[in-house]
Amino acid sequence: MTDNPMIAFRDVHKYYGDYHALRGISAEIRAGEFFSLLGPSGCGKTTLLRTIAGFEDISSGAVLIDGKDMAGVPANKRPTNMVFQSYAIFPHLTVAQNVGFGLRRDPRSKAEKDKLVEESLEMVGLKGYGARAAHALSGGQRQRVALARALILKPKVLLLDEPLSALDRKIREQMQVELIKLQREVGITFVLVTHDQEEALVMSDRIAVMFEGEIAQLADPETLYRRPNSRRVADFIGVMNFLPAKVTGESGDLISAEVAGLGVLDVSTSQVSAAPTGDSAAVGFRPETLTLLYEGQQASDREAAGTIDEVVYYGDMTYYDVRLDGMEKPVRISMRNVFGRPVLDVGTRTRVSWSPGALVLFR
Amino acid sequence: MKFPSLKIYALAYLIFLYAPIFLLPLFAFNDGTIIAFPLKGFTTDWFAKMAENDTLRHALTNSLIIALTSSAGATILAVFAARASTRYKFRAKGGIMGLIMLPMVLPDILMGMSLLLVMLEVLRVNLSIGTVILGHVIIALPYAIAVLQTAFATLDQSLEEAAVDLGETRMSTFRLIVLPLVMPGIISAFLISFTISLDEFIVAFFLAGNQPTLPTYIFSQLRFPSAIPVIMALGTCLVAASILLLSVAEFFRRRGIKRTGAKDTGGFL
Repeated sequence: MTDNPMIAFRDVHKYYGDYHALRGISAEIRAGEFFSLLGPSGCGKTTLLRTIAGFEDISSGAVLIDGKDMAGVPANKRPTNMVFQSYAIFPHLTVAQNVGFGLRRDPRSKAEKDKLVEESLEMVGLKGYGARAAHALSGGQRQRVALARALILKPKVLLLDEPLSALDRKIREQMQVELIKLQREVGITFVLVTHDQEEALVMSDRIAVMFEGEIAQLADPETLYRRPNSRRVADFIGVMNFLPAKVTGESGDLISAEVAGLGVLDVSTSQVSAAPTGDSAAVGFRPETLTLLYEGQQASDREAAGTIDEVVYYGDMTYYDVRLDGMEKPVRISMRNVFGRPVLDVGTRTRVSWSPGALVLFR
Repeated sequence: MKFPSLKIYALAYLIFLYAPIFLLPLFAFNDGTIIAFPLKGFTTDWFAKMAENDTLRHALTNSLIIALTSSAGATILAVFAARASTRYKFRAKGGIMGLIMLPMVLPDILMGMSLLLVMLEVLRVNLSIGTVILGHVIIALPYAIAVLQTAFATLDQSLEEAAVDLGETRMSTFRLIVLPLVMPGIISAFLISFTISLDEFIVAFFLAGNQPTLPTYIFSQLRFPSAIPVIMALGTCLVAASILLLSVAEFFRRRGIKRTGAKDTGGFL
């Protein structure tokens, strides 16, 4: 943690009547980072974002922005600006009037303000759009207007509430890249709310995964993907194969676990994550940590034999469901398609290369 | 046309609705005091007589004052009520809104009688156009609220949050964002209240004292056959004014929709 977090949540609780929407959130968001709140709908991520903006009061705890307690500070006095899910473009105003809306109380001259608006529009790639009616814009353009409007006030924090969810896939992916670039350019702390794990992984410096009003894990994308701290996080982020395991022994840093079909394997304690209480232990593999071996290929570490159960072809990738000998359920394996290498058929006998270092033990 | 019978039905429907109104100008320009066919010559005498009639002018002035004031009052009160009912949660909201909307279905004669009692026995005020204005505010209010509730309910709440987020207060947000966007609804509410007040008879009859309003004046004149052609001329003017008013309202409504890019969900015309 840095010495001066841009945003700090101190044991934040929020109740709606009897409903406990935020259950003791404590976290810090660093200055200048791209931070995401990721979780399924109803997990409290939007509520948490709105406590930063000042649209939701908190029931107990504290929200600090740049070291200042925001208790009693109304939304219009906070150093944050927001991009709304619906974009909230004022339909009766022009693009320039929308972008310049926040400058109404600014003492600068009209010429200076006009220049600022034009610069902001240029920054989001809408140069020359100022005189257009805001309601005549496309979804992607509205998104840009909302960004320019929120950034023109140079807030300390930009809050983005599912800003890309209404866009087509192509435009969404393009906007993801543009948002990352924009964030680096302006250096403002971005806090993004999203339910799309891919989007969070692509864009964020760090991600807080939320379930039922609590932060389940807060980490950088790679850690989150490789070392999810619970089965739930692992399940939410990407695909993970879970194989039932039996812990057979522990000695120092190593834990021995027996997995049907893979035999006994030793894993380091750094690879251990929490399983839901009451559940038996399991090991988890990401699909790309397993490799199908072709004729004559050698396993890099360990190998197991099995039969291909299902083939799903994605163009650049192929997903294979392989039933390893001695296992009840098939495991999913993703393979990059390489020119000259055929896609295998269902029913083919095959060998799979795997490494104990790539797995996570949930216990 | 797949169903010619439906076409005929639709035509009959419209004739039934509008034929009586077309009789007004027919007899207003008819050179004869008896309202019956065949028509005689063409004349504009009745309009001239109408213009000379002081009592009629007095009734018209009264009606316009009452309609303008009461519809302004009803619209302003309706803005508050519609805003409160669509944006805020409060105790007994359903009951309160129900009571506000109730005059819509209460018989006007009950309203007239009870208001008369209140004015004379409880408040002890003299009957005047002021008391009619109060009565008309109560009658028009539910209609104005119904119109405005739709306008407020379709307003995206994040628009207001965005304005507050950009530094505006709740008051300035209302002025800069909410008011312009619900303006078509406000104009509709005003026009509906205006029309309701202008042709309202029962409450005006009870509460106006010795002041004539247009409907009570017309009713009083129906007893004199010689006055009927003048009433026909008056009716013709009212129909013309109504058409003009609706056209103006529709013009502003369509312009509002075009300016904000909203979907046209149907209007008067």
